[in-house]
Amino acid sequence: MKEYPADEASREEVEIRSSGDVVKARQAVRVLAQQAGLSLVNQTKLVTAASELGRNTLIYGGGGTARAVIVRDVARVGVWVSFSDTGPGIPDIEQALTDGWTSGSGMGLGLSGARRLVDEFELDSAPGAGTTVTVLKWAR
Amino acid sequence: MSDRVPVLKIGDILLVSIQVDLEDQMVLDLQDDLSQQIVATGARGVVIDISALEIVDSFVGRMLATTAAISRVLGAETVVVGMRPAVAMTLVELGLSLGGVRTALNLELGLGYLRRAQDTPPARR
Repeated sequence: MKEYPADEASREEVEIRSSGDVVKARQAVRVLAQQAGLSLVNQTKLVTAASELGRNTLIYGGGGTARAVIVRDVARVGVWVSFSDTGPGIPDIEQALTDGWTSGSGMGLGLSGARRLVDEFELDSAPGAGTTVTVLKWAR
Repeated sequence: MSDRVPVLKIGDILLVSIQVDLEDQMVLDLQDDLSQQIVATGARGVVIDISALEIVDSFVGRMLATTAAISRVLGAETVVVGMRPAVAMTLVELGLSLGGVRTALNLELGLGYLRRAQDTPPARR
């Protein structure tokens, strides 16, 4: 994903160790989405994506860190969010992004669904090297 | 121990109004509580009001679908009421259409549906 200039003052970081932390992370994302001027529907989509990804970080990654910041492009403002863990990683990324595929007890909509809800999506993972998912939603 | 969502009994209907940002454990607890309350009270209908929920992700969506299925097996019809438009748009894009879950725009319409459903004998499945 391209790097965009960030509003450093808006930067948020939430350690994810429990399902309560997932709630905190999505609340932090919502505050930034409101500040960035995302429409209500786009706020809802981004926060829902953050909820899916935060749960993955907790359940499959064994916990990790959520980071969020407001970013700017030439004429637009958006919210960048990333979830990183140092868990087992994803062996087959393409498969993991398929609707309905799950390694656990979920419905397999988390990753693929989150990707549909955002404007930019990047998944970095390798077996044993943890997973980082980065998403971006622009205000429009 | 996490907070629990209260389950209220009104006649033969159980009413759940979710007013807080749900942690996953609260979602699981609610499913347990509802199932037990249906049996304990002999309730014929369940209304789950989600008008205060700012998001419904796949975990909560699955709980709604599972709860509706469990209730049906236990002889109660479930209606989910008050979904916000932005939540509905997000849910469908996420890939969850909540097939099998009866929904209504608001509490009044949901209760009306249950009342009508109770006037007709339950369908045998």
